[in-house]
Amino acid sequence: MSTNTGASIVEPEVPYVDPERRSRRQRRSRRNALVATLSTVVFFGVVVIAVATSPGWPVVQDAFFNGDYFALAWPQVLVALLINIKIFVVAEFFILILGLLLALTRLSKSPALLPLRIVGTLYTDIFRGTPTLLVVLLLGFGVPALNLSGLPTDPLVWGTIALILSYTAYVAEVFRSGIASIHPSQRAAARSLGLSNVQTNRYVVLPQAIRRVIPPLLNDFVSLQKDTALVSVLGPIEALRAAQIIVYGKFNYTPYIVGALLFIALTIPMARFTDWLTARQERQRSSGSR
Amino acid sequence: MRRRHLSVTLVALSALALAACGQASNSASSSAAATSAAASSSSASASSDACSKDNLKTLAAGKLTVGTDKPAYPPYFVDDKPANGQGFESAVAYAVADKLGFAQGDVTWTVVPFDKAFAPGAKDFDFDINQVSITDDRKKAVDFSDGYYSVNQAVVALNGSKGASAKTIADLQALKLGAQVGTTSLDYVTNVVKPADTPFVFNSTNDAKSALNNKQIDAIVVDLPTAYYITAAEIENSAIVGQFKLDKNSGENFGLVLAKGSALTECVNKAMGQLRDSGELQQIQDKWLSEVTKAPYFS
Repeated sequence: MSTNTGASIVEPEVPYVDPERRSRRQRRSRRNALVATLSTVVFFGVVVIAVATSPGWPVVQDAFFNGDYFALAWPQVLVALLINIKIFVVAEFFILILGLLLALTRLSKSPALLPLRIVGTLYTDIFRGTPTLLVVLLLGFGVPALNLSGLPTDPLVWGTIALILSYTAYVAEVFRSGIASIHPSQRAAARSLGLSNVQTNRYVVLPQAIRRVIPPLLNDFVSLQKDTALVSVLGPIEALRAAQIIVYGKFNYTPYIVGALLFIALTIPMARFTDWLTARQERQRSSGSR
Repeated sequence: MRRRHLSVTLVALSALALAACGQASNSASSSAAATSAAASSSSASASSDACSKDNLKTLAAGKLTVGTDKPAYPPYFVDDKPANGQGFESAVAYAVADKLGFAQGDVTWTVVPFDKAFAPGAKDFDFDINQVSITDDRKKAVDFSDGYYSVNQAVVALNGSKGASAKTIADLQALKLGAQVGTTSLDYVTNVVKPADTPFVFNSTNDAKSALNNKQIDAIVVDLPTAYYITAAEIENSAIVGQFKLDKNSGENFGLVLAKGSALTECVNKAMGQLRDSGELQQIQDKWLSEVTKAPYFS
């Protein structure tokens, strides 16, 4: 077992290479770079030219990429994005916890927990099968209509709850697959060390399982970021609704582009963070052998 | 070696294919434009009346294609069937078609979601009628006919609720208001009322009505005909709280939507002028929107 902490990887010494071979390799890599650059320039150049010389381009450019409306929409959509971020942060917190609980419930073997397992399976089937928008509409308009005292009527609250219910089903399945993918020898080893079921889960299985499913989980959260826009059907003015208001007022689609750019900007940090995490895990697992 | 040549060839081929597509559509559309320009100039010189039915450049020859959204709400349409001729806008559309020379059977209706009405490119309707208010900004993207209805905005609230007792704009500012996206009702809320609490914006008036029923909002802002219909037929215990004063200068008018630079705009406006001068437009308005209620004005 390597004693590598992962923080200081020792680079292998550069092996000796015959000078002629080295210069041949350098020439080849330079040629490769040239071909790659040329190919990229030609490909994208042709695409750009094909789009820019198409007959409808000036109209499309004005309808979708209008500078004045971009500047007009930017502050309004940015402010409204705060609602999306608020929903996303709150929802994500509960989704992670509830998803893990649901996964553990469904994987439990105890006979006393059978009714909970049944409920868990039903829950997963129903909420994975129902479009998220429907769940938002049903909870956001349906529950307040029941007029039960003590229940909040705020559409933001119900929209977030709908997102939590919908995404917990997906995330629970991701956790379940992660836990199930841990080799049974790990449990056997824990058993032989005298760990109880709970201790095995807590110290052996879950740490490995969670680390394993972080990339697909982050995939789900990027998807959640975009689904926060669904709460707009209940009334709150979130980013895409703010964009839509300007689109309808001015009959120009540029605010939608602003919304799209802002959502992409939200997503990119998460995507790069996932890449970094995955790369780090690979580095740690292979311990410098690559 | 062979593999690298293959990839280079593939990139070059795909680039060439894209260029060919671009060039082909370029030449095809420029030749099409040339032929249609030649055709229109010859036809204009051939007949003296450019607005006669045979000379109109409608989507389908001899037929008029009118667009509206789905569902189509009363009192502008009845039973969500624009083709039955009932409802204010359905009647106006058929009246305009009639003046243009199209019989009722020559008019086809098509569903045009609001987003599509102002999308760039070819339209799949000759004109669109959907309670669209004429504004200068919007005129940059589409052609509007002359206005066919001066619209007033009104506020609807449940009886006995916080909203029901509002008398002034200041009273309205304290309420949680709701309106449909893309409507001048929403503009009124944002620009005239300026409520303290951000208003709720909905995809459709139906959703706004649900929120009102659920007491998630205190009042909704809609145009006066819709307000009348909601209080009379749709929500039992609601009432029109008041209407906004129509400023002579800032009055909103509904107009028909046509493609930017459409050849039909002039003829449609001629037909609209005829309807107005003959009093037929007012008759249609009196028939379908006769309930100009005595709702109080907000001060």
